[in-house]
Parts: sequence; C-alpha cells; structure tokens
Amino acid sequence: MDLEFTIEEQEFRATVRQFISANLPRDIAEKVQNGRRLVKDDYVRWLKILYQHGWGATMWPREYGGTAWNPVQLYIFDEECSAAGAPMQLPFGPKMVAPVIMTFGNRAQQERFLPRIISGEDWWCQGYSEPNAGSDLASLRTRAERQDDHYLVNGQKAWTTFAHYADWMFCLVRTSSEGRQQAGISFLLIDMKSPGITVRPVILLDGEHEINEVWLEDVKVPVQNLVGEENKGWTYAKFLLGHERTDIARVGRSKAALKRLKTIAHREISNGRPLIEDQRFRDRVALVELELMALEVTNLRVLLDDRKGRAPGPESSILKIKGSEIEQMLTELTMQALGPYALPSTSEPRIGNEGNHPSGAFLADCATSNYLNCRKVSIYGGSNEIQRNIIAQMILGL
Amino acid sequence: MNFDYTEEQRALRDSLQRFIEKEYSFEKRRALIRSGESFNREVWAHFAELGLLALTVPEDCGGIGGNAVDTMLVMECMGKGLVLEPYLACAVLATTLVSTAGTNEQKQSLLPPAAEGGLLLAAALCEPETRYALDRITTTAEATADGWRISGKKALVLGGPSADKFIVSARTGGEANAAEGISLLLVENGTPGLDVRAYRMHDGTHAADITLRSVEVGHAALLGTVGKALPCIELAVGQALAALCAEAVGIMTALNDATLDYMKTRKQFGQPIGRFQALQHRMVDMVVATEQARSMTILATVKAGASDPTERLKYMSGAKTYVGMAARTVGQTAVQLHGGMGVVDELIVSHYFKRLTMIMATLGDTDFHLDRFSKALLAA
Repeated sequence: MDLEFTIEEQEFRATVRQFISANLPRDIAEKVQNGRRLVKDDYVRWLKILYQHGWGATMWPREYGGTAWNPVQLYIFDEECSAAGAPMQLPFGPKMVAPVIMTFGNRAQQERFLPRIISGEDWWCQGYSEPNAGSDLASLRTRAERQDDHYLVNGQKAWTTFAHYADWMFCLVRTSSEGRQQAGISFLLIDMKSPGITVRPVILLDGEHEINEVWLEDVKVPVQNLVGEENKGWTYAKFLLGHERTDIARVGRSKAALKRLKTIAHREISNGRPLIEDQRFRDRVALVELELMALEVTNLRVLLDDRKGRAPGPESSILKIKGSEIEQMLTELTMQALGPYALPSTSEPRIGNEGNHPSGAFLADCATSNYLNCRKVSIYGGSNEIQRNIIAQMILGL
Repeated sequence: MNFDYTEEQRALRDSLQRFIEKEYSFEKRRALIRSGESFNREVWAHFAELGLLALTVPEDCGGIGGNAVDTMLVMECMGKGLVLEPYLACAVLATTLVSTAGTNEQKQSLLPPAAEGGLLLAAALCEPETRYALDRITTTAEATADGWRISGKKALVLGGPSADKFIVSARTGGEANAAEGISLLLVENGTPGLDVRAYRMHDGTHAADITLRSVEVGHAALLGTVGKALPCIELAVGQALAALCAEAVGIMTALNDATLDYMKTRKQFGQPIGRFQALQHRMVDMVVATEQARSMTILATVKAGASDPTERLKYMSGAKTYVGMAARTVGQTAVQLHGGMGVVDELIVSHYFKRLTMIMATLGDTDFHLDRFSKALLAA
C-alpha cells in the first residue's frame, strides 16, 4: 500500500502543469474559475491546443492517436486541468462513442470517425433518452426500419446535451420488438445534417441552453453507420457506461470549486468578521472537504483496481453518487456564502461592488445560477436513485 | 383554542385564489418575466380592489385593520401563484413600519394612498457589508437647518425599483452597532443624490441597491422619534418574516401536489413511479416537513404582534429557521422526484424551487436566524 506519487508521476505532473500554464488561454481560465458558462468556441480552442500537442485523447490507445496514459496519469492530468481552469473535455466524442467504435466498430468506421473526434472536427451528442424512456432507457421507442441500404429512423430523443452544436449523434434505436426490450436495440451513428432532423432547445431553470429535443422524421441512415451487430446495441451501451469513467467523480472540478468557496468565505464579512470564522458555516465547509478527501481516494481505488473479474461499472455508481452530492453541496455553500447577494441574477456590479464588495464581482458572479444548474447532476447520467439500484443489485446482490 | 378561519378570511382567500387562477396563470407569469417588467399596475390595482393593500393598514388610516392571520392566508396564495408583485415588501413590511413608527400625521398622510394602491413604499433596512443585520447601520443622517442629510448605501431593497418613497434606516447617533441611535427617514424617489440601481432576481422579482450621496430631506421626513427606530424595525420585520414563511408554505403545498401528481402519472419500468417505495418515502418526507412548517408559520403568525421582543424573536427567528430548512428539503426533493422535468424552465416546478431558494435568503437566511434563536438558549 503506497499513496505516494512516484518520481515519474511527479515529473509527469510538472510537465502537465507547465504545459497548461503556457498554453491555456487566460480568458477561458477566467470563465471556468469564476463558474461562468462557456461557449462552443471555448471548448474548441482548448481541444485544438491539446490536439496539436498530441494530447487530444489522453485515454485512447496509441494506435488511434491517444497517449495511453494509465489511470494515475489521467487522474493527475484531470486534477491539473481543473486547478488551472481548463474546460472539461466533453465526453460524448472521445469518451463515449469512440471506445464503442474502437471495440465494436469496423475498420472503415474507425478510420472515418476517430481522427475527426480527436481533432475536434466532429462534435458528438448522445441520442439515448426519450420523453418516455428516462430511467427506463430500455423501453425506448425510436424506430429504425431496415430498407435496402439504409435504416429509416423515426422518433424523438430528449435531454440531448449540445445537440445544437453537434455534427454527429450516436443513437440507440429499436430494430426489433420481439423478445426482451434490451434485445431489440441497435447502435447507430447519425449525421446531424441528415434531412428529417429537427433540434429544439430546452431551456433549463437557470436560463441556459444546453439540452435539446431531437426529432427524427424519416431520417435515412446508411447501414454502414450501424456499429457492430443489429440488436446488440444494449451491450455496447452498457459497455460504454462502465468504461473509462475516470472523471465521473469529478474530483478535480470539486477541488477547484472548494478552493473558490474558501476564498469567498475568507472575503465575505458576517457579524463584522470573515465568514470563515463563523463556526456554523465553516463546519459545513469542513464536512464537504472531508467527503471530498475520502472520494479522492475511493476514486483512485476504483480506477486502480482491475482485479474484480466482473464487468466494470457498478463501483462507478459509488463515484457518481458521492461526486454529484459533493458537487451540489459545494454550489449550495458558495451561494449561501453570499448571504443576501445570492438573490440578484445580474452580473452588473452591485452597489457594494464598486471595488468594495467582499467577494468581488468575479467570484460571487453566477453562484446562484450554478447552484440551480447543478440540481441536474443528481438526475443526469443515471439518476442517483438508479445508481443506488445498481449498487444494490450488482454489488450487494439484493 | 381552534385553528379555524373566519368566513371573511375564507372569502378573501377564495377571491384572491380565483383572481390568480384566472389572471396570473403560469404562462402569463412567464410572459411578464420575459417582458422584464418589475411591476404590473393593473395587477396592483386589482389587489387594491380586493382590499389586499388595506389589510395591514389600521381602520382609522383608511385600511381594513386586518390581522396577521389574514396576511398569512393572502401570502399562501401569493406563494402558490408565484406572484411577482412586491406585496410583501410594500403592503406588509413598509406599511407596518409606518403604522408602528410613524406619528399620527404621518400615518394619515402615507397609509391611505398606500391602501388604495396609489403610493408604493419600500423599506431600505440592510446594507451591503452587513448581510442581514438590522442594527449594523453605517448610513448616516446628519441634522441640518432644514432637516437631514443622508449618506450611505442600502442593499437588496425589496420593491425598490417601483417605489415612490423609500423608508431608509440611518444612524442619527450611537456607536456603529448600537441599538440606540437608529432612525427612519422617508426619501422620495428621484431626490437629488439618490441613486437606485435596480436588478432582477433569480425568481423573476426585482430589487434594488440604493446609494445616498448627501441626500437632503426635510424635518417631516423623520418617521416618528429620532434614534428610537430599531424596536419598530424589528417588529415590522417580524411581521414580514411570518408573512414570508406563509408564502413558503403556500409554495411547498403546491410543490407537494405537483410532485404527487407526477408520481402517480409518470410511468417507467411499466408502472407509475409512485409505486417505488424509495420514492414514496421521499414524498412522505416532503409532506411531513410541510405540515411542520405550516405549524411553525401559524405560531409565528399569532406571535408576530407579541409585545415582548424576546418572545417575538424566538418565534420569528425560530419559524424562519425551521421553514427555511423545510423549504430546502421540499424544494430539492421535488426537483429530484421530477427527474429531468424538475430542472426545465417550461415546467412550474423549477420556478417554485427558485422562489423558495430566494425566500431562504430573504430577511435573514437559516444560519442568521438559527444563530439568533440558538443564542436565546444562553439566556435561559
């Protein structure tokens, strides 16, 4: 048992830190560090910088242009990126569809799609959920009817993150209604420019446009875009869920958020003293810090344990539950730290902000919006209720 | 002892309820928010017609002379209807401040137009650096030949953007945090030196931060007795806290109804999700929390006028603490049980959640009031 980083790992961290410091655009870092929303261009700029350095897909095997970093290196990279305010890498292309294409796709698909994912030329979105298939994903109804050289796809996808930015969608569709629901699902790659696709924005409670509904009306998808075998899509989807969840706990992000919270708590004044001296508040910060300390180690334990034998996945449910709860608590405490200034939604300087607001315009900005937006993290990616079911069934055998 | 409402109270609640259902639908409200309006004159006029603006005004000042229970019923409706207009700020807090602190002349001059809807008053009691404290006042009012000169900053003035007059707490004497030496002064909107910076809040309502730079007002602007305003402020804020708790209970009740309906109709895995025990228990917890919060609100309401300030503090701060915690539980659970639908703007659930979140940080958050309630234990 050894929790120390090796010399090589320390040197690796130094290399990563140096690269980020020299190359991460200031304006992007500032947005991320102050909890502000990013636009597509912010993600693209950083992605291109990484790609040019050969770090476009750090978790991919070398044969596809990845760095083949081990879990500890990936963890160090995520921590350094989060600390410096680098945008999180959107998982849909590089971490979700790419492993499926690598493992179950054919050579033509790998040659066509993978280079464009790693370079950032193609943006991907995930066509899974439907209005009537949320937690019960297997009951999905979007149909794909085989007709000669293509599938004819009809249906509706929901909660599709960044579909309005995406070039491609990986889509779970129903190709058979016989037998078990799971046994009739296929994995299709769909060009978002296909005729018959309509993307409708769904605005969240904080006013942000992140997710969409995607309507598919007689969309023709070439059979070449079927990944693996027809009716085996559920297997590929499960593989995807358990695979490479290095950052499902979002430890790096939460460490940066905790640091931001502490800064705010030192600057805010309550009863004439810095808020951090208020024991009631400070204890809550201390407790969430403890949770995060524990999660950091649990995360590493899960990532480094390859001896379990069964399909990877159920342990990631622990990471998702704790990670999301910690993330939410951090946003809540940050909002609470502002006291009454949690109420205004504008980022215009408030009266106290003419240079003098305790938190400053930047750190305090967006705190409530982030709290509101973050209510989704215990719901998306498999709600925390479903995650508990997974642990109960797959780890505990209940 | 009974917990019944009078016939008049039920009639008032029912007519307000009807008005909100017809004229203040969810879609109409979203349109109001989109338009950026902070205040709708027609709605305010209708509140005046219903007698709502006269509720907290004494009969001899052109009001109805209602009691805190009347206000509680009204506020529950305002909560359920997610009404954006500054009823609490103008028709509860500000009017109570005037009737508590003002001279007879001032009451006769200010309260009748307020009750009729023609005058909007907003209380400016807190400051940017002092969070919720009502006694940490650094805004100063210097005596001049013609009256007073006021300088300072006031924060989160509810109803500020649409106010005709501000009631500003300022220090006319005493040390920085002393209870003595705080006065209330009326400042007309548009007075030279007064800067009103309005902003929207996350729930669609509006507030303002105001700066006073050597604002000159006459002698008559002093509300009541110089230096003795703090007890009046605390009494008025206490009434407002009870009202705010009632608004929260109205929202929580509506959230429970909406969530229960969703659990019965939303099907996954071949059955309504309300069949899953894990979710049933969470739903039950929401209902239990709401009933407890309702009880605390009733307590605060009947004690809001108590003459002993220590007793009042116990019930007002106690209620705000408790109801704040219940609001958190009910709000967060309602969103979670709605799944993705709980976080979209299209559905009312997220709007209820946002308003509850704002209420939790208004007139003192849970920490602030728990601190006050808890410190009272030391005295025992």
